[in-house]
Amino acid sequence: MAVRQNQANLTTAQKSAFTDAVLELKRSGRYDEFVVTHNAFIMSDVDNGERVGHRSPSFLPWHRRFLLEFEQALQSVDPQVMLPYWDWTQDRTASASLWGADFLGGDGRAADAQVTTGPFAFNSGRWTVNVRVDSRSFLRRALGGGGRPLPTRAEVDSVLAMPVYDMAPWNSRSNGFRNHLEGWRGVNLHNRVHVWVGGQMGTGVSPNDPVFWLHHCFIDKLWADWQRLHPTSPYLPAAGTPDVVDLRETMKPWNDITPADLIDHTSRYTYA
Amino acid sequence: MSELTRRSVLRGAVTGAAAVTFTGVALGVPVALAARRPGGDTAGSVPHTGVEAFDEIYRGRRIQGAPQTGAGHHRGGAGYAVFVDGGELHVMQNADSSWISVVNHYETFATPRAAARAAVLELHGAALVPFA
Repeated sequence: MAVRQNQANLTTAQKSAFTDAVLELKRSGRYDEFVVTHNAFIMSDVDNGERVGHRSPSFLPWHRRFLLEFEQALQSVDPQVMLPYWDWTQDRTASASLWGADFLGGDGRAADAQVTTGPFAFNSGRWTVNVRVDSRSFLRRALGGGGRPLPTRAEVDSVLAMPVYDMAPWNSRSNGFRNHLEGWRGVNLHNRVHVWVGGQMGTGVSPNDPVFWLHHCFIDKLWADWQRLHPTSPYLPAAGTPDVVDLRETMKPWNDITPADLIDHTSRYTYA
Repeated sequence: MSELTRRSVLRGAVTGAAAVTFTGVALGVPVALAARRPGGDTAGSVPHTGVEAFDEIYRGRRIQGAPQTGAGHHRGGAGYAVFVDGGELHVMQNADSSWISVVNHYETFATPRAAARAAVLELHGAALVPFA
């Protein structure tokens, strides 16, 4: 069975296999297609109009499908690779092994936030930021530079305790689990982690940093954890909601999969 | 072009991008060109009545913002355009009336001026890539 592991438990060989597969997708051009898709949705998902990838109930199933597509691309390079997840409630400093030179590389330097260690440093020659919103083509980070610490386990648990998946108006103002997990309201989980990493992770082209996938893999795991805690709480809304993906409506850009198809992840992968 | 049509065109392009034969982004082509939206106008904006224009030098860069009416530089449902040294910064207003920009997309700001100032800090002097 395919198992997604905590990144902290990966062997050196597993880390190398993951980063090698990511670098190969980058070399072939496939990686940047994912960045383009994410940015197009993040710029067009709006609170008072059509919204699919973000600030809406389908934030979770949309990213579940997006991660599956990326994981399948990695496996086309190396069938053994699975997405790992980053539990930022545990590995919450810039000295975590996640940021080692043998994995994702470290913090950006003070002068220009440029990442200078690891396989994704610009000077490695293998990681040029092509899909960008400004002129800089090097990966940047400013770990913790936003001044607010990563969410704590207690904060995560307070959000997991929310029994209702999502609520009208089904956007960034909503009460309920989805919007608190996404972070537009309340203690702020997902959004805050993007800000904590900084650099491209704080922008619309956030998948330029490979940590995007490990962050969203943990968000996906938290959705799975929430489902186990609230087995009778359904995805909402059920039907008939303008501009919002209902349970059995297909999602762009794939147009062949619905939130209902993605509720149960266990046929595809499990979490260790 | 209506909002629905414009968005449909955009999403159509995205679908194409995600499909097998995507060729839209050659190396070095900024996202702005890859994600270019047909048409220049937008509708269905979040109401932005009362959000004032501004024009100032902040940390050595000229930042400007103004409500947009009719055809022009507004995107993403903002109905309001922000510029850094003449380059347009994509901004969006949230339902609670706070603002975000494409440079700080997961962090909200009370006003478009605050979003523009945050973008100046984040840019470290770099130029914005035009997104349309």
